[in-house]
Amino acid sequence: MLWIALDFPCLPLETFALASAHSEPWAIADGTDVLVCNQPAHALGVRAGMRLSAACALSPRLNYRLRDAAAETATLATLAAWAGQFTPNVSLESPRALLLDIEGSLRFFGGIRPILQTLKRGLDDMGYTATMACAPTATAALLLARARMQKIINCKRALEAVVATLPLSALECDARTAQTLHAVGVRRVGDLLALPRDGLARRCGQPLLDTVDRALGRLPAPRQFFAQPEQFDARLELAVPISNSETLLFAANRLLNQLTGFLAARNGGVQRFTLTLMHERCAPTRIEIGLVTPTRDVKHLTLLVRERLAALVLPAPALALCIEANDILVLAEENRELFPSRDGAQGEWQKLVERLRARLGSNAVHGLATQAEHRPERAWRTAPPGTASSAPASGARPLWLLSAPQPLPEIATRPQYRENALAFLAGPERIESGWWDDDDVKRDYFVAQTPDHATLWIYRERRAPGGWYLHGVFS
Amino acid sequence: MNALAAVLAHSAIWRGNQLSRVTSSSIPTGFAELDAELPGGGWPTAALTEILPRHTGIGELRILGTALAALSAQKRTLVWIAPPHMPYAPALAAIGIDLERVVIVTTRSPREILWATEQALRSKACGAVLAWPGAIKYPELRRLQMAAEDNPVLAVLFRAQQAAAETSCAVLRIDLQTYHGQLAVRILKRRGAALNAPILLHSPAVTPGRVIVEHFATSSRSMPSPPTPLPQRGRGGLRAKPLCRAVS
Repeated sequence: MLWIALDFPCLPLETFALASAHSEPWAIADGTDVLVCNQPAHALGVRAGMRLSAACALSPRLNYRLRDAAAETATLATLAAWAGQFTPNVSLESPRALLLDIEGSLRFFGGIRPILQTLKRGLDDMGYTATMACAPTATAALLLARARMQKIINCKRALEAVVATLPLSALECDARTAQTLHAVGVRRVGDLLALPRDGLARRCGQPLLDTVDRALGRLPAPRQFFAQPEQFDARLELAVPISNSETLLFAANRLLNQLTGFLAARNGGVQRFTLTLMHERCAPTRIEIGLVTPTRDVKHLTLLVRERLAALVLPAPALALCIEANDILVLAEENRELFPSRDGAQGEWQKLVERLRARLGSNAVHGLATQAEHRPERAWRTAPPGTASSAPASGARPLWLLSAPQPLPEIATRPQYRENALAFLAGPERIESGWWDDDDVKRDYFVAQTPDHATLWIYRERRAPGGWYLHGVFS
Repeated sequence: MNALAAVLAHSAIWRGNQLSRVTSSSIPTGFAELDAELPGGGWPTAALTEILPRHTGIGELRILGTALAALSAQKRTLVWIAPPHMPYAPALAAIGIDLERVVIVTTRSPREILWATEQALRSKACGAVLAWPGAIKYPELRRLQMAAEDNPVLAVLFRAQQAAAETSCAVLRIDLQTYHGQLAVRILKRRGAALNAPILLHSPAVTPGRVIVEHFATSSRSMPSPPTPLPQRGRGGLRAKPLCRAVS
């Protein structure tokens, strides 16, 4: 058995997405006392445990918010879902720790250190700070992580030596027990182990001994594992109302990283997801993002979200972001070839189409398809790119078709185009069709040429009132 | 003489009337006279090409038709950005372009045209990018040229004929006019020696056929066929006599 414990000391602060978390002093208050504060606030003299009023007196620029315990629990759950890509056995240790059983994943990731590095990188991308420790028992790993000792213990023989060096505060016993033990001279867990067990159990309680025994592996410690959710639904509270699209993208990026971690855990891809922005007094703004093929590439998703946010006009500043992804599809992995060929770019044109649509609009990018119709303006239609169509047999057709036929002036019953008489090259082609849907056409089509040799496709309208029209240009 | 020919064939020697060698592959144009004058024997890839037709519809798409059909047969995507009119799908299918590969992008502003062109050139998915950018300045052209490098994409910009006087960083600039019914291609700029004489290509838009018109009082010199009555077409017995009379 090998366990990694992730302890998040600043979870109350990092639950809120703060773009300025590194530059402005921030503190989270629990009631009237400061619970956690960030580095700039620490530099100004704010410490955990002091009164909030004292902290504000120390630095007038201090920003603070009240603790949101429900949001912390939800964040821990989403982090557990994200960590599912490393191992299916993830255990929550509220209020702010996660335990991962990674013995089975060692071979896949190539060792403990690669797993730890990938964990650290992923958590940095999402903006969470964590201390990580690795030990053969879950409780030992948890105690090491809580004591900020980032150690890797591979075998049980070294376990006792390291656990003995842990400070007593890591055991988190109550104040009276801690005072008693401090008075006796116990500073480290090693000193505790040297004391007689039955006396210790009588004076300080059996649970304390049980914790140490579990850490050393003498007592079994079964854990309940986190059940991975089927759908993704994550919410991020914003510390201050934001209406700047870059800052919103920064907050959305965290949620997208969580989404891709969740998808990696089940080898899936998302084809459609919704980004919702909550406002104070208006209805939430929903942005639906659809993709041509399912994907879990975080860079591509960030690009799409960036384009949509840039084009968005918010009715009010956003207070929270929420991403929901209900349709998780299994992503079929492609077989790679030994020598890369051009066919490897098959999925690339779909990504290009999505990128263009994200900025220009969904209707701006389309493909073409033919229809079986005699009427020229209906013989084609816009279609999603990549639609197959049959090639209908027809006469000479121009490469450019005007969107609406342009009437041509007539001089002595001959059509004129820009003051020039037209000369005929071929024709007529009678097209008479469409009596069934009130768009009856009855036209004689000719191919005509202007004096400067532009070839045009014109027609003479046979129904009243008649006249010559220009319908297309041969190119 | 053999020794001289062997020396001159060295790759480090370039003679004044020689076309330069190109490293990226070229796509044959389908016109042998044009292929002979283009470096690489066809349209250049991984670089910008500019086509300046005298007016829309002179033959700027016909000249690219073979290359576009070949690219779509290789399953490469053809992207059309802001065309002046909608390309007519049955006509594209008739010249051999696979409609599955065609993507049309309509834009609302010149900036969007440039952005879309750059995105299409930069992604390695496209086989050809045809753009109608309108007024474009040199730095923007340079940016598109940089985006097209390293990508085996046929990048064609269609500009107005007045743009021939402006400088451009495109490696091939072609001016299209007509001359006595034939398409006259003047190469304004290419890699290598300059070409002064235009190349005449015989590429009619439509094969002239029979023209039968009615009610024309004056004669027209461009009606090639002799007067012939229209053959009877029994479409439900609608017409009992010839449709029209040809007037010479």
